[in-house]
Order: sequence, then structure tokens, then C-alpha cells
Amino acid sequence: MSLARKIFRFYYEGFRSMTVGRTLWLIIFIKLFIMFAIFRLFFFQDFLGSRFTSESEKSNYVIEQLTTKPK
Amino acid sequence: MDASLVDWSRAQFALTAIYHWLFVPLTLGLSFIIAFMESIYVKTGNEEWKRITKFWMTLFGVNFAIGVATGIILEFEFGTNWSNYSWFVGDIFGAPLAVEGIMAFFMESTFIAVMFFGWNKVSKKFHLVSTWLVAVGANLSALWILVANAWMQYPTGMHFNPETARNEMSNFWEVLFSPVAINKFLHTVSSGYVLASIFVIGVSAWFLLRKRHELLAKRSMVIASVFGLVMSLFLVMTGDGSARLMAHHQPMKFAAMENLYEGQTKAPLVAFGILKPENDEHKKEDFITKIEIPNFLSYMAFLDANAYVPGIKDLVHGNPERGIIPVAEKIEKGKLAIAALKDFKAAQKENNAARADSAKAFLDENFKYFGYGYMANEHETIPPIGITFYSFRIMVGLGMWFVLLFILSLIFVLFKKPEKKRWFLYLSVLSIPLAYLASEMGWLVAEFGRQPWVIQDLMPTSAAVSKLTTGSVQTTFILFAITFTVLLIADIKILTRQIKLGPREGGTK
Repeated sequence: MSLARKIFRFYYEGFRSMTVGRTLWLIIFIKLFIMFAIFRLFFFQDFLGSRFTSESEKSNYVIEQLTTKPK
Repeated sequence: MDASLVDWSRAQFALTAIYHWLFVPLTLGLSFIIAFMESIYVKTGNEEWKRITKFWMTLFGVNFAIGVATGIILEFEFGTNWSNYSWFVGDIFGAPLAVEGIMAFFMESTFIAVMFFGWNKVSKKFHLVSTWLVAVGANLSALWILVANAWMQYPTGMHFNPETARNEMSNFWEVLFSPVAINKFLHTVSSGYVLASIFVIGVSAWFLLRKRHELLAKRSMVIASVFGLVMSLFLVMTGDGSARLMAHHQPMKFAAMENLYEGQTKAPLVAFGILKPENDEHKKEDFITKIEIPNFLSYMAFLDANAYVPGIKDLVHGNPERGIIPVAEKIEKGKLAIAALKDFKAAQKENNAARADSAKAFLDENFKYFGYGYMANEHETIPPIGITFYSFRIMVGLGMWFVLLFILSLIFVLFKKPEKKRWFLYLSVLSIPLAYLASEMGWLVAEFGRQPWVIQDLMPTSAAVSKLTTGSVQTTFILFAITFTVLLIADIKILTRQIKLGPREGGTK
């Protein structure tokens, strides 16, 4: 049996024989979906990345933020 | 910056970090306890140890699965809510987190599969090596996060580039092996080992109370008691080192943690105290009641029972005799540094190299006070005292109880019948939530105590936040609170169900 096939069978049989693991995988998938498909997409866009395209624009913006109106 | 935006952003980050830390310490500690148990199985060939290992491995798996990726939310928040901070820290934060990601993925993800799926499929020794590598990998992941956190408390190994407004790493090893980073890593992971040991003792005590799986319970208690006792003593040692580093590098945090207003030689440690509710920097009688240990604070801070420990007043108003400059002077230097950065950029825009060089030299000279330039007044440099003071005492008080618990557990399980000591068994079960409480209190001391800084002396929290609407941060705060609470309930429910089921076979001899 090839190494790739051995590795595949190892994981395949492992997943098939899971008991509590199935519930856990379900929770993991739901959690990752909520985090990446909902939170990341709709609520957590990269603040600088979504507003500026170049590194120099980002640094100019941050410098402006850091140097204007310190109390 | 809008104060409510800063407060909500801070609360959101605190909520996420607190929830994340509910899952992490058990993973860190239980991974090693499992590795010890499996090592005994491989050495003795006793099948009972294999069953014991598999039982705790199931609980490890539940906690790992529910907790995995909860830390990613923190990284989302860096980019969205803390964009000024994320940009300012540059590759110093990015590099350790990238290494952490690679390590977590390759070590934990690969070997955890062997650990769970590999029984009877790989050799005993290879399985054991995989279990150990999961433990080492999980703990190394923690190393990189803690290195990044330590840098925020004690920025080192970098220089500030005014062209990009980023701190650039000049010495990776200085960042990695800074005394604060090493101590923080050792103190934090050992707190995880202590928590996991208490978890194992508590669950084992529950089995003994129910007269179930007594062999599993007693053997588990032996391992957890020895590991917990050794690690709790190590925790005391690293905590002591942490206090000394704090006294040197974050003296305001140290003074706040001790509610020490007036600096003094032969300073006593307040072992127990109740603060006056109206406590502020100008009050002299700041305790309702207190119990002190003479000279201990001086010794703890400087290994000299007669040493002078600066108080909050020294640090705010300065103490020329002790070489402490007043915050007002630091604020002035900070404002000059900020103005120099602005001037540098303006000079660059005008292609005025001489003016840019001069501004840069001025910025370099005053950069270590950069963050003070954002302070409206000197009192803003004082962290919240009550929460720092009480959190420290709850953490230390519970830590002392845990040392006693490990000693009692070891004595009872080795020389007496623990199943007859029901009071001890009940206390052991009760200690599980207390271990989580102590662990979270440790973070509160570290993170509240360093306020108002997000990066010590260089950037206050108020300058680190992104210009978002407060409403959007409130929305995500509520979403996180709901999501994490659901995850926590799922974690507790599945863990308790698995505990009630117990090991599938054996464990009762």
C-alpha cells in the first residue's frame, strides 16, 4: 500500500471510529463557520486594508492618527 | 478618541481573552499529564494505565476541540479594532504569531491525529512520542503568544522607523529571550499545569465520592498531585521573578498592585487588606484594615529587605533623590516626540533632508516617552488600583491553597484512604472553579496593572484603537458574549457527560 493511501486510511478509519469526536467536529465546523463566514466577513474587516491599497497610504494614515490632536 | 469607544474596545478584547483563557490552561497542563500517564503505560505495559490515559485524553480532546481557534478572534480584533496598534507594532507582533501559527498547525494538528487515531495502528513508542509532541507543541504555541504579550509590557529588541510609523525588530533573540518574556512564559504555562492538576484531582475526587472508578481516581490523583505540587512551587518561584521584573520595568504596576502610595524603605507587603472605597492618589489613609508582613515588599522587589520601593506619588510627581523623573516631564518629552514625528513627515514631503534628519534625531532622543504625549494629565498614568490589588491577592491566596491541596492529596492517596476523607474530596471538587478563578485573576493583574499602556510607555490604549463607531463595537461585543457563552456551555456539558460516563472499561479494580 502506498504511503498516501496508508495516511488516507489512517484518517478515514480514525474519523469513522469516532464517538464523541463526531459531536466535537460538528461544533468545530459550526464555530469556524461563524468565525470566518460571519464574524470575519461582516464584522471584522481589516480596518487599514479595507480603506487603503498601499503600505505608504496605511502608514500615512496611522501617522496622521498618531500625530493629530494628542491631548 | 471617544472614551466610550476605547472602553468598549477594551471590554471586547478583555471578554475575548478571558473566554479564550478558560480553554487554554487545561489544554496546556492536561497534555503533559496524559503524556506522563502514557509513559507509565509504555514502561509497565499495564493495560489499566492505557485506559486511564485514554479517559483523560477524551477530556483533553473535548476541551481542545471546543477551545481551538477561539484565539483567532483576538487576531481579528487586532486588525479591526486596534489598527493603530497593529500597524505600530509592525513585525514584532506578526513574526511570533506567524511562528505560532505554523507550529500549532504542523505539530499539534499532525500529532494530535496520531494521538487519537493511532492506538493499535502505530507502535506504542511512536504513539507515546506523538503524545509528548502534542504537549510540547501546545506549550510552544503558547510561547510565541506570550513573547508578543511580554514585548508589550517590556518593549525591547526593536527600533522605531518614523517613515512607516512601525517598530521594526532589530534583534529577534532579544525579543524572544527578554527576561520578561521568559518569565511570563514559564509563569503562565506553569499556572496551566497547576490548573490541569487540580482538574484531574477534582474529577478523581468526584469518582471517589461516587465510589466509581476508584483505581483510576487514585492513580490519577498520584500523578496530578506530584505534577501539581512541583509546578505550584515552580509557579511561586516564577511569580517571585515576575514581581521583581515588574518592580524594575513597570514600577507603577507594582505600586498599584500593592496600593503603595508613599514610597518607603523596608516596605511591608500587605498580605490582606480592604481598600477604602473612595481611594485615590490624594488619600493618605487608603486602607480600612490591613495585615502586613514587615520588609517583605522591599525584599520581593529588590532582594533587599531595606530597599526603597517607590510609591505611586513618587512615580507621578517624581523623586529626585531616587532618580525618578515626574510624569509631567515625561508628558512634555512625549509631546515633543509626537511633534518631531509630525515634523519629520512634513520635512520629507518637502524634500527637506536637513530638517527631516534633525526631526528624526529629536524623535529618537525622546522616543522612549512617546506614549506619554497622549496623556492629558499625570494621573492618567495610574492603573485601576482596586482590581489590580484584589486580583493579585485572590490569585496568591488561592495559589497557597492549591499547594496545600496537592500536599494533602498526595498524603491521603499514598498513606491514607482518600475515599474516607469526604471533606477533602468535596474541597477538591470545589477547587476546580477556584483554579480557573485564580488563573483569570493572574491575567487581570497583568493586564489591568499595565493600563493605561497597550505598549509600555510607547502607546496608551486610547491611541491604539481604530476610528470605529461605538455601536459597531457594542454589537460585536454582544455577538462574542453569546458565541463564547454557548461554546463554554457546550464545553462544560460535554465534559461533564464524559466524566459521568467515565472510562469505557476497567478503572474499578
